[in-house]
Amino acid sequence: MTDLISMVVAKYNYWIYITLMMIGLYAIIAKNNLVKKIVGMNIFQTAIILFYVSIGVKKGATIPILEHGHGPDAHHVVHAVDYINPLPHVLMLTAIVVGVATLGVALALAIRVYNNYNTLEEDEILAQIREK
Amino acid sequence: MSEQYPALLVVVPLLSALVVSIAGWINKRLCFPIAVAALGVAAWSAVGLLLRVLDEGVIVYKLGGWSPPMGIAYYIDYLNGLVLPVVSIVALLNLIANKKGIEQQFPDKIGPFYTLYLLMVTGLLGIVVTGDAFNLYVLLEIAALTGYGLLAMGEERAPLATLNYLYMGTIGACFYLLGVGYLYIVTGSLNMVDIARLLPPLYQSKAVMAAFIICMVGVWLKMAFFPLHAWLPNAYTYANSAASSLIAPLVTKVMIYVMIRLMLTVFTPEFAFTTLAVSNAIVWLAVIAIVMGAVLALAERNLKKMLTYIVVAEVGYMVGGAWLGNRDGMTGAILHIVNDALMTLCVFMVVGNIVYKVKGYAFEDLQGLFRKMPFTMGALVIGAMSIIGVPPTCGFFSKWYLIVGAISAGHYGFMAALIFSSLVSVVLFFRVFEICFYEPFADHHGHDNHPGGMDEAPVSMVVPLLIVAVILIVVGLYTGDIVNHVIQFAIPETMV
Repeated sequence: MTDLISMVVAKYNYWIYITLMMIGLYAIIAKNNLVKKIVGMNIFQTAIILFYVSIGVKKGATIPILEHGHGPDAHHVVHAVDYINPLPHVLMLTAIVVGVATLGVALALAIRVYNNYNTLEEDEILAQIREK
Repeated sequence: MSEQYPALLVVVPLLSALVVSIAGWINKRLCFPIAVAALGVAAWSAVGLLLRVLDEGVIVYKLGGWSPPMGIAYYIDYLNGLVLPVVSIVALLNLIANKKGIEQQFPDKIGPFYTLYLLMVTGLLGIVVTGDAFNLYVLLEIAALTGYGLLAMGEERAPLATLNYLYMGTIGACFYLLGVGYLYIVTGSLNMVDIARLLPPLYQSKAVMAAFIICMVGVWLKMAFFPLHAWLPNAYTYANSAASSLIAPLVTKVMIYVMIRLMLTVFTPEFAFTTLAVSNAIVWLAVIAIVMGAVLALAERNLKKMLTYIVVAEVGYMVGGAWLGNRDGMTGAILHIVNDALMTLCVFMVVGNIVYKVKGYAFEDLQGLFRKMPFTMGALVIGAMSIIGVPPTCGFFSKWYLIVGAISAGHYGFMAALIFSSLVSVVLFFRVFEICFYEPFADHHGHDNHPGGMDEAPVSMVVPLLIVAVILIVVGLYTGDIVNHVIQFAIPETMV
């Protein structure tokens, strides 16, 4: 039991992202309202963004800006250990943009669906489709 | 000039998408020529690249002069050298063929439509040309987001079907991104060649296995591999014909390219086939995909939806062929990317012409079409022959390689599924031909339902279609050259 707890605590960032991902996936599969599904999809994407951000972190490191990077006294050694890894964070800027764009397209489609069927509940929409 | 082909391939459609969207406000007639010119440049660059690859081997193009692994590099080898011309030529021919159809369906949305079309092609070409795993994700989403926009412009049910595709597509892309994240954790690199160099000592690591499987599941979702295919038929059926005849041939095929790229370049075939030891299960899944695709197609009374289930079955062909784990199977899978893109384009363009004239694609709407639209139906016959696998059309040859691969792998289930699906295709298409040969019953309401003369789609739609039909036969006749000069070098020598 203590093994399990220490395993969860030691890798808590992975547990958080997996939990969030599953919440999102559950919403996509189980929710009836289209907007709830879309929000679930967005939680799913955000979980992966958190995963990436968390893997760039180092204990006791600082932001990756060199204090004396320019100027006459710029000839000191840089220890990579002192700085967090900025690359995953930069990648996630792109992924956030993608996530926002996907959310926008999805909500626009939901509006189109609403205009066609006057409802966002999936079962009611399917019932209307079956009637036709 | 020719050194810059890899950049031109992506940059020209991307920038001209902006130009088209501005030109759409000024004068709608400007959009089409700009779009054709942009895709023409892309097709020219793609063919030029293939010729250069044949001449001098693998090309590495450093974007902005930053050398990998820091910068993003484009690698063009025999595998994507073959896929690039297919993608760009299919997109160009489909654009020309659908000019009239787009004007008929959305007279007031011509600018946005061409903009999305060009962005979609940018994304697809970028996926194929890039050598960076994260760059691939971004381009994947560019292609997907524009694809949702294009597919949603359709019938009443199109937005809902597209929304379902959007959930699945986003989950697929996220899984791919997650897999790349694991690869990044273990290797610290995003460049495909660099990852491939760093991975072999780590092959026993659980994180690497998880990365591979997660990436594969993501890619399978995107390509509609059988249990994950549910979004495809409705999304493609209810879309407008210009979008479905762009997306149906290209998106699934480009995703198969990504799968093969991951198997052959990022990972090694030994890892995919020996270390993981899941290939047999995946081939069995492909068998189920082929059989279910064929059976579900048989149940449809609607030409376009029937074709979408054939797309699902064809995905099974390629996944199965790639996972057979031998050279013939992989050759068949790569050759089938080319052939299936062309034959799916052919049959979906036929549907586009029928929709343009008849305004429907249910089986009842097809009666008497051989008399009304002989050229379109002639192309359908050639496309159908290719899907069934009748020589000398190209579909026969890739199926031949797949079956040879199945026999040498000892996987008779896959061979049986291929033959079963060919036989079902015979039934499917000859049922359509039979309906198209007979005239509708004369109705008794006094309409002059006289069996008039030809009522063919416009020349600008028929000529590209006939070109595609001829290409199907030409590619079939030159299969030997394609295999011996291109595909043979695309597969690593370690794979026998």
